[in-house]
Amino acid sequence: MDTTPLANGRNLLEVRGLTKIFGTLKACDQVDLTIAKGEIHALLGENGAGKSTLVKMLFGSLEPNAGEIQWNGQPVRITSPGVAKKLGIGMVFQHFSLFEALTAAENIALSLADDTPISTIAAKARALSYSYGLPLDPESLVGDLSVGERQRIEIIRCLLQTPDLIILDEPTSVLTPQEADKLFETLERLRAEGKSILYISHRLDEVRRLCDSATIMRHGKVVGHCNPRLETPSSLARMMVGTEVKNAERTTAAVRGEELLSICGMSRKPAGPFSMPLKNIRLNVAGGEVIGIAGVAGNGQGELFEAISGEALQDSADAIRIRGKSAGRMGISARRLLGAAFVPEERLGHGAAPRMRLSDNLLLSRHTTDGKAFVGMAGMVKSGAVQKAAQRIIEVMDVRKSAPDPEAAALSGGNLQKFIIGRELDRNPSVMVVNQPTWGVDAGAAARIRQALIELARNGSAVLVISQDLDELFEISDSIAVMHNGDLSKPIPIAEATLERIGLLMGGAEPGHLDHAKEVA
Amino acid sequence: MFEGILITIATAATPLLIASVGELVVERSGVLNLGVEGMMVMGAVTGFGVALATGSPWLGVLAAIIVGALFSLLFGFLTLTLVTNQVATGLALTLLGLGLSGMLGESFVGMPGVKMDYIYIPVLTDLPFVGKLVFGQDPLFYVSLLLTAGVAYFLFRTRAGLTLRSIGDNHASAHALGIKVIAIRYLAVMFGGACAGLAGAYLSLVYTPQWIENMTAGRGWIALALVVFASWRPWRVLAGAYLFGAVSIGQLHAQALGIGVPSQLLSSLPYLATVVVLVLISRNRRLTMVNTPASLGRPFVPDR
Repeated sequence: MDTTPLANGRNLLEVRGLTKIFGTLKACDQVDLTIAKGEIHALLGENGAGKSTLVKMLFGSLEPNAGEIQWNGQPVRITSPGVAKKLGIGMVFQHFSLFEALTAAENIALSLADDTPISTIAAKARALSYSYGLPLDPESLVGDLSVGERQRIEIIRCLLQTPDLIILDEPTSVLTPQEADKLFETLERLRAEGKSILYISHRLDEVRRLCDSATIMRHGKVVGHCNPRLETPSSLARMMVGTEVKNAERTTAAVRGEELLSICGMSRKPAGPFSMPLKNIRLNVAGGEVIGIAGVAGNGQGELFEAISGEALQDSADAIRIRGKSAGRMGISARRLLGAAFVPEERLGHGAAPRMRLSDNLLLSRHTTDGKAFVGMAGMVKSGAVQKAAQRIIEVMDVRKSAPDPEAAALSGGNLQKFIIGRELDRNPSVMVVNQPTWGVDAGAAARIRQALIELARNGSAVLVISQDLDELFEISDSIAVMHNGDLSKPIPIAEATLERIGLLMGGAEPGHLDHAKEVA
Repeated sequence: MFEGILITIATAATPLLIASVGELVVERSGVLNLGVEGMMVMGAVTGFGVALATGSPWLGVLAAIIVGALFSLLFGFLTLTLVTNQVATGLALTLLGLGLSGMLGESFVGMPGVKMDYIYIPVLTDLPFVGKLVFGQDPLFYVSLLLTAGVAYFLFRTRAGLTLRSIGDNHASAHALGIKVIAIRYLAVMFGGACAGLAGAYLSLVYTPQWIENMTAGRGWIALALVVFASWRPWRVLAGAYLFGAVSIGQLHAQALGIGVPSQLLSSLPYLATVVVLVLISRNRRLTMVNTPASLGRPFVPDR
């Protein structure tokens, strides 16, 4: 172990040998991290590399099993988020840290010192938000705000505590490219004020643009420290993933076949106070093509998926036609029987029953559509046939697992997603609708899934992919439509789509019609 | 006559109001305690017994509050520390309270109880029509109104109330902000227990100053329902409790007059009327959803 004195006055935070063990899994294994004063330090790694575990320990919401943390040269134990705040560590969470039923001002008030008079917070928040160019209405309910606006609250809330170190967990994953640019300006301004920032991301371009130094993690271990400005995206990716990452190949250009899925003037009222309406959605997906739907999270993508899959029925049967048949009043199984397949966003609990085996999960989703193959006389399950089909999917999709037929929850996110997609592909669906196919999936598995979706389309099926990952959509789609505020734009052919143009549509800069978009472009 | 009816309505509504406001605070913190009936009946038997032994109804009230809080502490320990299922534990608490109170109160059955005196303020109480209604009721009636106002102020005007509501909305986020989720839930649960105990004492010291086994007669369940139908707003709970009281008393008078409606139907009227009216006033779904504690009944175990 290295014995050089830790404190040299310039370093704000030094972490040595930090380890966190969950059961048999070493989520963080002997992690070292040094953050200097006034720098933006990137923490890079794939999903599941241990980044979140590490910052949770720094913020006091997890307790390390071993290792030490030094703050301004002094050893500290961060036993709770309260202690972290007192030291001067602020955190902007990626998910789940705002209170939807409270106003922006109330959300901010909760994380300030107890003696702050509650009546002054709204004014303070408003002033600070404008001074950082992050305008905010303190009286609005958080549940009504867009994801980008919610993030502003998180940042303002963090800044009001005047921390020395600000931890940002995947901040741009919920922003449009233009909103992300604004965030970078704010961060650069904070750096100029002498604050340190720990920036967690797996987006290499922004790390290279913004960060002064980087720590790279893989499988719970630190695999390198570097200056990201001296690296290339591919060299960073190699360090993160450990191997070369191949992009999916788009074979021949799409031959538009028959229209297999058509949505015609579909509207839906908001299901709850915090959900989106769907406004007169029109979209046709033909055999042979992949259509991507981009959009910032929470702009109606989930509602659209539910409406197409039949989890929510339409008022008129003609609102959705699957292979020419009016399906608007049909339930999920009836739509599947028409040849459609659906993969929801949430893998555990929605796409698969966590405590059931893979073969059971296969039977659950396919007993109606493949009744003859899987269910025999008097409703008896043909377990042999189910097992065989499960095995086939596992081989085709290269699902890696620890037991022959494990519970769904025992698989890693990427492997479970490969299985769920494989389960639908195995039916050769003529219409495939997928929401967030590679969310939280490692790069290797993501490439495999994207390739499979493209191949399905090339074999004549209609594929609709809803995703917040623009790179993914550009990689696999033949055209991209954008959802904003419950509106769906017309699809833009990939040859005409640029990041900027899609970004503008995502931000709602244009009302979302192709004609408009053309004038601007 | 009219004033008399209003006073009986207030007497019928007060125990419901006290128990509901207590449970409202518990549920706003995200905990569902279905043991209100059990805590109430324990309060009733304790209040009766202590008042009988000491001759002081006030000592009886105090003892009922303490026993209610202690009883809820048992619930808190099981559900918050040992993370048992809140619904099952609440039901068990009710069964335990009903059984235990029956056993403790066996010797009290048929004994004349101690009745709490009504307020008397010279001149004011003697005012015609409104004197007795406004200035001459039992002291706990005034306590119940102050309690409602106090809880409304606490929840929506103070920082501590904001903290409590935040835990009910999202306990994981509250924990991430450094709020002591479990400690605050303990306090809320004990406040609810204290209120239920007080409501029980009201029954055995004011409403009918005697001890009868199971004398709460389902009022704890009505209190629970009121909280939900009032969409977790204190002043709506008050409206619901008084409406329930009014229809209960009204249907008794209607039965006494012998109108040609089956008595069973009349007896069900208070429940029906309360549900209908509270559903109508919480018709604004958005407002209801905003007021519903999103983590109600969900157990909280922090990562460590």
